[in-house]
Amino acid sequence: MTLTTMIQKMSEGLGNTCSIFFLTLLIALPLGVVFALLRMSKNIVISKLTQFIVSVLRGTPLMLQLLAVTYGPFYLFGWGISRNKLIPVVIAFSINYAAYFSEIYRGGIESISVGQYEAAAILGYSKAQTFVKIILPQVIRRILPSVTNEIVTLVKDTSIAFAVSYQEMFTIGKQIANSQASFMPFIVAGVFYYIFNAAVGFVMGRAEKAMSYYKQ
Amino acid sequence: MNVLKMTDIKKSFGSNEVLKGVSLTVDEGEVVSIIGSSGGGKSTLLRCATLLETIDDGTITYMGDDVTYKNEKGKLCYSKDLKKFKKVFGLVFQNFNLFPHFSVLKNVCDAPVSVLGRDKKEVREECLELLDKMGLGDKAKAYPCELSGGQQQRVSIVRALAMKPDILFFDEPTSALDPELTGEVLKVIKSLAEEKMTMVIVTHEMAFARAVSDRVIFIDNGVIVEEGTPQEVFGNTKNERTRQFLQNYNN
Repeated sequence: MTLTTMIQKMSEGLGNTCSIFFLTLLIALPLGVVFALLRMSKNIVISKLTQFIVSVLRGTPLMLQLLAVTYGPFYLFGWGISRNKLIPVVIAFSINYAAYFSEIYRGGIESISVGQYEAAAILGYSKAQTFVKIILPQVIRRILPSVTNEIVTLVKDTSIAFAVSYQEMFTIGKQIANSQASFMPFIVAGVFYYIFNAAVGFVMGRAEKAMSYYKQ
Repeated sequence: MNVLKMTDIKKSFGSNEVLKGVSLTVDEGEVVSIIGSSGGGKSTLLRCATLLETIDDGTITYMGDDVTYKNEKGKLCYSKDLKKFKKVFGLVFQNFNLFPHFSVLKNVCDAPVSVLGRDKKEVREECLELLDKMGLGDKAKAYPCELSGGQQQRVSIVRALAMKPDILFFDEPTSALDPELTGEVLKVIKSLAEEKMTMVIVTHEMAFARAVSDRVIFIDNGVIVEEGTPQEVFGNTKNERTRQFLQNYNN
């Protein structure tokens, strides 16, 4: 197989790689806020339970979680294994990444001074208004570098989907590598991920710059 | 008419009783200064008045309406409609607490629009006028981080004024400023006093308290030790503890 066909075949999987990437971000970024708020709940049961769930999600391999989500329902309830592997992949990735994001959010939220909440309270802002208008924009600014870090990791983690044979770029590359007994597909995959992350770095750099109109 | 009436306020943090039954009444147009050493309970009294802290015992009344009441079991409760009371007062903090991600204009305009639901254009014009009056006309588009401490504190005064409060509290408004910047902030507060703005000012600026207040209150160890006109408190001090405290300032 020529290098060109290799690249062409692997490119076909890029769409699926992007599906995992964007759908995971779309769900995990807001879901992380929910986790963070539950974790900071005044109700100690909710807070401790969320803390435990997050610790499990962060303390066990993403691949294990992916296998659990994909095949768990079959072993537990005898349900059929979903044909469209994108669904379990996105569910596992979203929950796992939401756990990581929630800890970043929590750190960011807790770093905002009490004075900001008090100033908002005195002016009569409701709790929701205070969070959305006053706290969140400042939190986003502060956590952007850490979030970028996670997004870069997510780009590379999409390759874990090969564990359930979802036809994303890396899975196809691995299949070619096996059938052709060649290491080349892995090099191609590496270049793909690197370019993808260069784009992520560019976009996030722009976002950081756009938000740095004020000093913290 | 009493704008604010606090009676027999008690407040403890753990086993530390910070307010041991303090009463404070403020009439319309009156300027009251609260002085005293740090840890004496001045700021806590202000924080209780502005509902940032909940009191353990006593009553708080704004414009004749009760903020607190005792339920049938005799337990102290806060009114369900605190929003109504929050419109009555404003507070200027020691360290400004401006919103760093908002421009100066947005800092002062946002609450009247999104909390009081007032017309955006009208509020904007009013705020620009207020900023101009405070010598900040050219800073409307700036961000708080681009301003000096004195300018930031003046912005936070405008932010409080934009809500048109009936009473304005100041919690050591110049304690975070150097002497030069202190002067410009005090000048602004003085001009508000001349306009008959009702104000309660916690301050360590004795000369200022003497010049601007109708009444001076000395709080020590959680109780009001001495209270009277500036002439009475500064010129004809009755209490030994007050005299001791004021001596440190005269040196």
